[in-house]
Amino acid sequence: MSLAELICPAGTPAALRTAVDAGADAVYCGFQDATNARNFPGLNFTPDELTETAAYAHARGTKVLLALNTYPPAGKVDLWRQAADLGVRIGVDAFIVADMGVADYIARIHPGTRLHLSVQAAASSPEAIRYYCESFGVKRVVLPRILTIPEIRQIRTEIPCEIETFIFGNHGLMVEGRCSLTNYLTGQSTNMDGVCSPASDVEYTRDADGSMSSQLAGFTIDRFGPEEKAGYPTICKGRYTAPHRREGYYAFEEPVSLNLSRLLPDLIDAGVHAFKIEGRQRSKSYVRGVVTAFRRAVDDIRAGRQADIADLVALTEGQKQTQGAFETKKWR
Amino acid sequence: MAVSDMTTKLTLGPIAYHWPAEERRDFYARIADEAPVDEVYLGEVICSKRAPFHEPDLPAMIERLERAGKTVILSSLAEVMLKRERKATEDLAAMDHPEIEINNAAGLYARGKRPHRIGPFMNAYNEATIAWLAGQGATHVSLPTELPAEAIAVAAQAARGLGLGVEVQVFGRASLAVSARCYHARAHGRTKDNCQFVCEDDPDGMPLRTRDDAPILRVNGIQTQSESYVDLLPETGRLVADGVTHLRLMPQAVDMVAVAEIFRGTLDRALETSEAEARLRAVCTGTRFSNGFYHGQAGYRRIAGATSV
Repeated sequence: MSLAELICPAGTPAALRTAVDAGADAVYCGFQDATNARNFPGLNFTPDELTETAAYAHARGTKVLLALNTYPPAGKVDLWRQAADLGVRIGVDAFIVADMGVADYIARIHPGTRLHLSVQAAASSPEAIRYYCESFGVKRVVLPRILTIPEIRQIRTEIPCEIETFIFGNHGLMVEGRCSLTNYLTGQSTNMDGVCSPASDVEYTRDADGSMSSQLAGFTIDRFGPEEKAGYPTICKGRYTAPHRREGYYAFEEPVSLNLSRLLPDLIDAGVHAFKIEGRQRSKSYVRGVVTAFRRAVDDIRAGRQADIADLVALTEGQKQTQGAFETKKWR
Repeated sequence: MAVSDMTTKLTLGPIAYHWPAEERRDFYARIADEAPVDEVYLGEVICSKRAPFHEPDLPAMIERLERAGKTVILSSLAEVMLKRERKATEDLAAMDHPEIEINNAAGLYARGKRPHRIGPFMNAYNEATIAWLAGQGATHVSLPTELPAEAIAVAAQAARGLGLGVEVQVFGRASLAVSARCYHARAHGRTKDNCQFVCEDDPDGMPLRTRDDAPILRVNGIQTQSESYVDLLPETGRLVADGVTHLRLMPQAVDMVAVAEIFRGTLDRALETSEAEARLRAVCTGTRFSNGFYHGQAGYRRIAGATSV
């Protein structure tokens, strides 16, 4: 049986401490700049904050993973290198990387440093994963959310590194690290700036008939009737029309969140080493609730008990949930 | 320095759409005979289910294009997940001729240090990544479509210093995203496995419009594209001056021979930019042009007044 480590989001120092106290095996976080894929206002760590909270985590046996998982545009590579140097000085336990230039730098300049391959690298086959393992000594791959459990089980037998999968939280639809939708509408890039459907470009407008439009950079991403709850205008979760679909439809995906709590035993059995909870942008109380519930569920499964997942279901009550591609390839 | 010379190569990227085999044969026959492009990329990049429809024609197409003096390059799949995709990537990576362009790390793994080109899906955003790839046998790099001018200049200089060719897309819809899910099938209430190749109905992509009826995106199977055509015709002078060696035209459902002639004429200074732009508009009636990515702004935007160096 795999260790089934619980990898938890830490968008702020307070969230980091909360996740550690709630039983996280590791927390992942980033600096306050474009070097990580959650470069949102009010989130992330100054070097001092990371130094301080990494000590807090380490004192309690929790690992700290630093996300350097964006793609530096040419001419700005130094920002990523400095972040890597800083992370080494602070003593983070691993870097989560996507860009080959960044991975190569850390492997050469800081040999022995543990590298995890970010989901942003979109390595979805044994060959792609082996490329990163053999080139940069990657020790763990975060798999794209597009594979079924039988496919994950098969990949496990063909790669020399550990597997981490997302189990809970926001459910991205596009292959991570290959999406420029936000840059196309807003001028801020997911890959280069760590930005996705940024709040600064969001507007809600009330139409004459009482319906609500949610807009991103002036583009209507969805419209909601007077009795509908208006959702956040994430481009890949909007409703659009097409020649065969005159009524607005979810062209990519409905605004659902991923919840694999029911599949945990199968994922452990398939050889997944670590479970990642999405949500660095989430509140402290959300982090506490989710981490606590998953801690209990994973401990139950590892002890051979029936896991109680009622709390996890309750956490997303009122929201649509999906098991995404993990359950069936019909999702595709 | 002259804006252009015979050394800047014009390339034709791989067809992103599911054009019927017969149309592809006619298309490439005409490209071979009439289009002033130097290099042509062939092969299925988007969906492995489509490949069997046109792969049998590849040897004849390669022969025909090479006989016409074009360099032919075979492009690999952008997404590699299923057994057939892994096999296709491995087979391509084993080829000695023609050249190959790799769009997924699985292809890099299979190719090892034998020479290859790096495709636009490989995320070669910067000089460090380009240097790494060059050390692994890359001879040529296509930069990501969203890279702005300043970064293109730095990347191009680094790549050329390493002896690599540098390519930038200057015409056609930008690839904005790929997914494991087929959005063409989804629009018709199907899944990827029973899609019945409905993407064939949309030779220039399926238009998505916002609910207040503004055009926004195009769906091409698992790929999402820009609604606008990228048009960097006014910027070709600066691209060349900044060290870009290859300019890529993406095949759209318009007269691509005319598009190639307009770009070649501009590079050769046989056409004024304003005249060339007017002609390009006439060839692409009804489609908006954009150059926002190049200018570091929202990709859909058209930045006016951008002029050649």
